[in-house]
Amino acid sequence: MKLDAKIPDGPLEDKWTEHQEHLRLVGPRNRAKYRVLVIGSGLAGASAAASMAAMGYKVECFCFQDTPRRAHSIAAQGGINASKNYRNDGDSTFRLFYDTQKGGDYRSREANVYRLAECSTKIIDQAVAQGVPFAREYGGMLANRSFGGVLVERTFYCRGETGQQLLLGAYSALAQEIGRGHVKMHTRAELLDLVIVDGRCRGIVTRDLSTGAVESHAAEAVVLATGGYSNVYYLSTNAKGCNVTATWRAYKRGAGYANPSFQQIHPTSIPEAGKYQSKLTLMSESLRNDGRIWVPRQANDERSPSSIPEKERYYYLEERYPRYGNLVPRDVASRNAKQVCDEGLGVGPGGRGVFLDFRDAIKQHGESTIGGRYSNLFSMYERITGDSPWNTPMRIYPAPHYSMGGLWVDYDLMTTVPGLFAIGEANFSDHGANRLGASSLMQCLADGYFVIPVTIGDYLSSNTAGDVDTSHAAFAEVENDVRQRVERLLSIDGSETVADIHRDLGRLIWDTNGISRSRQGLERALEELPTLSDRFWNNVRVPGHGAQLNQSLEHAGRLADFLEFAEAMCLDALTREESCGCHFREEHQTEEGEALRDDENFAHVAVWKYEGDGQRPSRHVEPLEFDAAPPTQRNYKT
Amino acid sequence: MNFSLKIWRQDGSQGRFEDYEVSDVSADSSFLEMLDQLNDQLTESGGDPVAFDSDCREGVCGTCCLVINGRPHGGRGGTTCQLYMRHFADGETITIEPWRATAFPVVRDLVVDRSAFDRIIQSGGYITVHSGPKPEPNTMPIEPEVAEEALDAASCIGCGACVAACPNGAAMLFTAAKISHLGLLPQGQPERMERVRSMVEKMEDEGFGPCRNYGECEAACPKDISIKFIGRMNRDYLRATMVEPYDRRGKMKPQ
Repeated sequence: MKLDAKIPDGPLEDKWTEHQEHLRLVGPRNRAKYRVLVIGSGLAGASAAASMAAMGYKVECFCFQDTPRRAHSIAAQGGINASKNYRNDGDSTFRLFYDTQKGGDYRSREANVYRLAECSTKIIDQAVAQGVPFAREYGGMLANRSFGGVLVERTFYCRGETGQQLLLGAYSALAQEIGRGHVKMHTRAELLDLVIVDGRCRGIVTRDLSTGAVESHAAEAVVLATGGYSNVYYLSTNAKGCNVTATWRAYKRGAGYANPSFQQIHPTSIPEAGKYQSKLTLMSESLRNDGRIWVPRQANDERSPSSIPEKERYYYLEERYPRYGNLVPRDVASRNAKQVCDEGLGVGPGGRGVFLDFRDAIKQHGESTIGGRYSNLFSMYERITGDSPWNTPMRIYPAPHYSMGGLWVDYDLMTTVPGLFAIGEANFSDHGANRLGASSLMQCLADGYFVIPVTIGDYLSSNTAGDVDTSHAAFAEVENDVRQRVERLLSIDGSETVADIHRDLGRLIWDTNGISRSRQGLERALEELPTLSDRFWNNVRVPGHGAQLNQSLEHAGRLADFLEFAEAMCLDALTREESCGCHFREEHQTEEGEALRDDENFAHVAVWKYEGDGQRPSRHVEPLEFDAAPPTQRNYKT
Repeated sequence: MNFSLKIWRQDGSQGRFEDYEVSDVSADSSFLEMLDQLNDQLTESGGDPVAFDSDCREGVCGTCCLVINGRPHGGRGGTTCQLYMRHFADGETITIEPWRATAFPVVRDLVVDRSAFDRIIQSGGYITVHSGPKPEPNTMPIEPEVAEEALDAASCIGCGACVAACPNGAAMLFTAAKISHLGLLPQGQPERMERVRSMVEKMEDEGFGPCRNYGECEAACPKDISIKFIGRMNRDYLRATMVEPYDRRGKMKPQ
């Protein structure tokens, strides 16, 4: 597999400008001849579809939800980073680039990350022009807050609903283009396969989720904006519908999958309460600013938390990391929570939880100050658990949250399949082995508003428009594959539900590919996955038929892809013999138990290529070079 | 906990209530998890699971839409996915229906088609801007009170509870929220009159009913959107239709 990242020459800060000046363009009168399919309508998909349609391309957009406004970008709470330096605290494009690169533990491409930092300020300008109501200071200027352990205040926000407001901005731009007839929107439509003609991606096959109709769509280019794979764990902070199908189908049609084991686990989620738990709800990370994290020193302590005396409480983060205390980065906080629970000190049902206690903060600052900061989060917690954090500590536990890995893309965001692009969380490019807070919204919108509308023209200009349509034999063939697969799922008629098997997959992947990984665990997972897959293909029951709204069928198709994806995830984690960012291999740690990176052997992107069903995929590498920001080892102890 | 459920089932144009029993439900289950459990039981026993919509399950995407015991989202504040079984009595009979409104046809069981909302937004719920370089936003200060009020309106998640709660099936609160969000901000002024006229007319075309000030919409809104925005929309609409020339863009080239 040829991995040419096509990074432009020249100094880091000039690469993007120079690159744009030399890209080939499609003239305004010719753009309507080119058809572009955008899959997904979240921040990346909606902004890309709206931008390209406004330029004049003939765009079709697809989402599995009933309207494009419901994509999961909507759930992002905290904010969006931009290096505006409004607070005069020394922020700059370089500093945002450096923080992102360091936060990603030096496993991303410098040129892409620098471009992301460069686009960040334009995103704010664009969003304000669209009417996104960001928080303002008394004088009417845009307000900022700090976020996620960086040393400047660069995060823009709309209360706790920044993702919602940015998505509604992109959605309104998309809605306008739909209204004007420039975008054809397909709602409740799920991509089930891609069509490759003469080595180029020329279209997709979808299933209409309301009627079951299998349909072909031809185009000159396809853009995947289909998010991440966190739901391989079954329980995650993602929406129920988030899935890996689009990127996995792309992989099976030849696109390289980069770093599929890189998965962020967020430290502060409400723990699992029982078998039928369907998702994990995130509690804002800001709670760690005032809450103290602890567990009882004694295992299986059944006393109520308030009756456990001070000296019998183990404030493990404060003891182990005196300088950062409860504010250590996400991965360190998650790993320590797992360790104390593994030692039997965990609290709550199943012993998978730690206390986040506001007793001292309330005593020190008073109820009104703490209420002003967190009262909405406290009531959300109480609504879900029935416990009030005013009287008893919260219980929290880490939860899968964001996928840093994704389809491999070059500097133009094109995958290894010509004509197939991937943007937003669906690609791998900007967050390395760990994503910083308030960076996901930034990346989605940079890709959608500013990168793909420019780079796609370069590809399209070298292609003839309209020479392939859905009457081409390749479409009939793929449609046939899709129909057979649907029939096969419906005909298994076993005795287990799709959710049963998904829960077991989730448990296995969480235990072996979660907060920490070991050779032994990963090998066990690789051994057990085929059994789970057999159980699925022989014993699952998908009721109903294919020509109707059939949610079990939708879930079954997605699970089938997760089962295959899980294998690539394990292989990737197994072959990356180092610890970096969120990827913690127990064999590779310092004497103090911290992550030990191996820059000599693993300063690269691992890219997996499909070699056929039942065959082990091949591993390829894109070496990473660090000119502007040489790697340093993270240290949060002293 | 155990519950008896009366659930609306529909495949095609006719529907009916059917009775189900669901047992061993944890009090910590959410309402939708209770339905997941029912669907697992139905699947295992060879039955046909109930179709219902949901996605984020944390109260922000606006997908879930059940009328529970006659109240959209169950009437306890928040969305259906934020409702927990501990709020119900053990052994209770719970009635579950889809949103009921002419403009929201049933797709299957408890799933409805709310695309009429999208078409209202498409008719004018935006500010026309292309992607690309824009002026520095701090050159246009916005009073924080104005930005906050715009955000109050913009918090609408488009779930449609306001329509389901209204005896007339009106979409006034939904439409007014978008019109107010954009109309309050300086960026939204150039298209303000055109926007309110076309969105209100689109709303009527889509088959939503008229407003009679029942106020049910505000009571059912999971995001506490205020009914005051409807008054604001009505004032703008009157101005747009009675004071302003009907076609202000008459001499412009179509864009």
